[in-house]
Amino acid sequence: MNYTTVVGLEVHVQLLTQTKLFCGCVNKFNPTLPNVQTCPVCLGLPGSLPVMNRHAFELALTTGLALDCTIPSLTKWDRKQYYYPDLPKGYQISQYDLPFSSEGWLEITTDPKAGTTRRIGIIRAHLEEDAGKNLHDETGRGGDSLIDLNRAGTPLLEIVSKPDLRSGAEAHAYLDELKLLLTYLEVSDCNMQEGSLRCDANVNLHVQADDGRTVATPIVEIKNLNSFRGVESAIEFEARRQFEEWKRTGHKLGDMPKETRGWDAERGVTFAQRGKEEASDYRYFPDPDLVPVTISEEWKRQIRGQFHEFPAAKRQRFQTEHALSHYDASVIVAQGRLFADYFERVAQAGGDAKQAANWVTQDVLREMKEHQLEIEQFPMSADVLGLLLQKIGQRQITNNSGRIVFATLLERCSLPGHATADDIERIIAEKSLAITAGGSELAPVIDAVLAGNAKVVADVLGGKQQAIGALIGQVMRQAKGADPQVVREMLVAKIATLSPGSSAPST
Amino acid sequence: MSSAIIGATASQLLSGMERGDWTAVDVATAFLDQIQAYDERIKAFLHVDRAAALRQAETVDQKRRQRQPLGRLAGLPIALKDVVCTRGQPTTCGSRILENFIPPYDAEVVRRLREADVVLIGKTNMDEFAMGSSTENSAYQTTRNPWDTERAAGGSSGGSAAAVAAAMSPLAIGSDTGGSIRQPAGFCGVVGLKPTYGRVSRYGLVAYASSLDQLGPLANDVAGAAMLLEVIAGHDPSDTTSVDCPVPAYSLSVEQPLAGLRIGLAAEHFAAGLDPEVEAVVQAASDVYQSLGAVLVDVTLPHSKYSVAAYYLIAPSEAASNLARYDGVHYGHRAAQFDGLIDMYAASRGEGFGSEVKRRIMLGNYALSAGYYDAYYLKALKVRRLIRTDFDRAFEKCDLLLSPVTPTPAFKVGELIDDPLAMYLSDIYTISANLAGLPGISIPAGMSDAGLPIGFQLLGPPFAEEKLLRAARMFERQTPWHTERPSLRAGT
Repeated sequence: MNYTTVVGLEVHVQLLTQTKLFCGCVNKFNPTLPNVQTCPVCLGLPGSLPVMNRHAFELALTTGLALDCTIPSLTKWDRKQYYYPDLPKGYQISQYDLPFSSEGWLEITTDPKAGTTRRIGIIRAHLEEDAGKNLHDETGRGGDSLIDLNRAGTPLLEIVSKPDLRSGAEAHAYLDELKLLLTYLEVSDCNMQEGSLRCDANVNLHVQADDGRTVATPIVEIKNLNSFRGVESAIEFEARRQFEEWKRTGHKLGDMPKETRGWDAERGVTFAQRGKEEASDYRYFPDPDLVPVTISEEWKRQIRGQFHEFPAAKRQRFQTEHALSHYDASVIVAQGRLFADYFERVAQAGGDAKQAANWVTQDVLREMKEHQLEIEQFPMSADVLGLLLQKIGQRQITNNSGRIVFATLLERCSLPGHATADDIERIIAEKSLAITAGGSELAPVIDAVLAGNAKVVADVLGGKQQAIGALIGQVMRQAKGADPQVVREMLVAKIATLSPGSSAPST
Repeated sequence: MSSAIIGATASQLLSGMERGDWTAVDVATAFLDQIQAYDERIKAFLHVDRAAALRQAETVDQKRRQRQPLGRLAGLPIALKDVVCTRGQPTTCGSRILENFIPPYDAEVVRRLREADVVLIGKTNMDEFAMGSSTENSAYQTTRNPWDTERAAGGSSGGSAAAVAAAMSPLAIGSDTGGSIRQPAGFCGVVGLKPTYGRVSRYGLVAYASSLDQLGPLANDVAGAAMLLEVIAGHDPSDTTSVDCPVPAYSLSVEQPLAGLRIGLAAEHFAAGLDPEVEAVVQAASDVYQSLGAVLVDVTLPHSKYSVAAYYLIAPSEAASNLARYDGVHYGHRAAQFDGLIDMYAASRGEGFGSEVKRRIMLGNYALSAGYYDAYYLKALKVRRLIRTDFDRAFEKCDLLLSPVTPTPAFKVGELIDDPLAMYLSDIYTISANLAGLPGISIPAGMSDAGLPIGFQLLGPPFAEEKLLRAARMFERQTPWHTERPSLRAGT
């Protein structure tokens, strides 16, 4: 018996606006001072009225367009009505049957090594206001619950995928790609710790029954997912659990109401959550306080005109334009737009994209991680790193010397972008790293090394090509500043003259 | 001095203060004394802060003495329906649930009034959350009609209408969702105007039915209403449903009669249920217009018979949603005894709301429930569209419509309170203007044999307030009704 895991994700992201969705209060994560970012509107005081934040709507529209969604010419606001203490008006201003975007897609990488991709459908994306937060007495002494409305009314974008995902890993990849896109668009910082990205997963199985028919199991919604890894593990766990459940009970989709389960990250299990006391009827209706929003072609054009290159397009371009592997392109693009820009400048200044890719994905990323820096805080500007790579490319210094210069520069400069071209020259001079030795100076050193290593020479001549490395090392030690490539070439040429068919060496 | 003051119109008071006949403190004192003498019986006011009112008046006098620039309504007392948020002052909406609510902000209308240097003399009684036609649904008191205290002042702005009729304030602000300014104005013999939807900012008006609510003036003459409307009307970016359309100088143009006026009469407005005395008054009013050169035109409003039904789906649906915030969590009344969250909501709301409010919340939630939405709410919206189309067609043939404002003169307190349907029908002539978003004005036009005022109503196309006021003033100039004052008895 075999089964396919079927997953759809509902993702909520907080938008990077200065102010809330329907009032002028600051939109900022602030758990330390409760209820200070509030006004009559987001407190839901009697008589107050909402006014739409146009910038929030534009960020949402940007996302809808980037997900290639259909955008209607008119969209409206609806009230979703339910009682909860963190919801001051008794309803949430949201979008019901006419969301600002629907029917889009997002391409995810299903196998990073092979570079295979797949389009995941987007059912809809809509904009709504966030609720506040209830803070319960966690001492268990039954103290009052408190409410913080700093978050109430902040703009929230809900993006609902089609059930196109087939595993926890794919769900993880979808979230990675979505986060990357949203951060590229500067729509959201997608910080899960601060709650600016939240995710619920709808999971069920399509089981190949023994009679050959496919049976769908009941859909389970998993909540409390607080990391991408958690989403992945929860789905994998849930698939196994549902399969066991199906074998035990044979329950099919439709046999029972949709179940909501929580995710216990510590124990790595999902658990049944208390069902709602009553089936919820949100009694949606158009919010009479807000006029519908007209979306003109001109507005869409304007937004498209401000688009940065999307991650997927950038990955593709890095492969075709810079001849990078899919893997390298993915690693660079995944670091964010500024990092990708950094790479391109290094490649341009250094003249060799492959070399630039190696350096930024290895050396630069390692240093960033070690010192917990963002790329814009990195002490070496792309131009300076490019210059260093150019020197390596032009054989002014060796690759190893380049790494010495790189490390030394970072030791000396810690301020963003402070390292200069002069610093490079100074370190090369200080450490005598410049390749100064040419052929005529090397010849006697090579002759001496060959003379002292007859056994190795014989090995090389006998076909052990790798043995030549030991010879290169000796020459390099004796002739400081030599170019290993030149040394290798001269050694190979010289040894060739020593072969049995050749005339005897002069010494 | 004080009898001259309380008998005066708003314009007479303004010029009197400008000439120096009276100070703003004299004026405020006279009206405050009138409230003190008679409101125990009339019960028009829920809150009067004498000291605060006198302070505002004193500030105006001081500014005048120092020749500082003064607002357009400097020193004029104004009563506010207790549905408008006033910073630092109670705003109860006539409800127990908001008994202790003191808004931390002013409504836009209040901001404009303060800017005009008015004296806010008090907050007036109303049906709870503006739901009702008699103020009998107020959680605090029932306002009595100054012409006959056995009778209702009308509602829901009954406190504002009675305050003006009893000369406790020359001007008042009311709100009109289905007739709540015009009906009590008719019952109390004062002028009441419901502006076009979007003409006056709703910011700070505690919502009953957001798509129908509009604030408007009540006054003891047409010029007073014009003056007050001019100050409160205008675009407000805080209310996205307010319309950005210039505000005419109503107070200047009101004295200019309209030539070639075409007055429409709809057969549907003169059907069964109309009291003969009221019908006679409306007939007489149309005669007055004819004598002034107006042409009478027959029009038809075929869908008006559905207006009460459509209204009682749309208004309760919006109300159920708007009133969800009174949940006992954030402010307002919270039950002392409850068991768990759901029970806290149920108990707080059960105790805090009166029966009419509960009835409409249940109606609204039912109409919006899954499976019923299309059949009720959506259908009512379609009917609403048809009602508006009726008016658009009618206004192709006429400038203004003339109709009764209420089917009868003021009914007795208690007469209809146990018959909600009969109570709802007292708004039958006013409701369709709210559904269509149109402006309407109620003007005193006669007295019943029993000595009760009878009014009529003029309705106009969107933003025709200027025309309404000018036409109303034409009538007023020809007739004595606006000068009639009830004789009041002190005590309870």
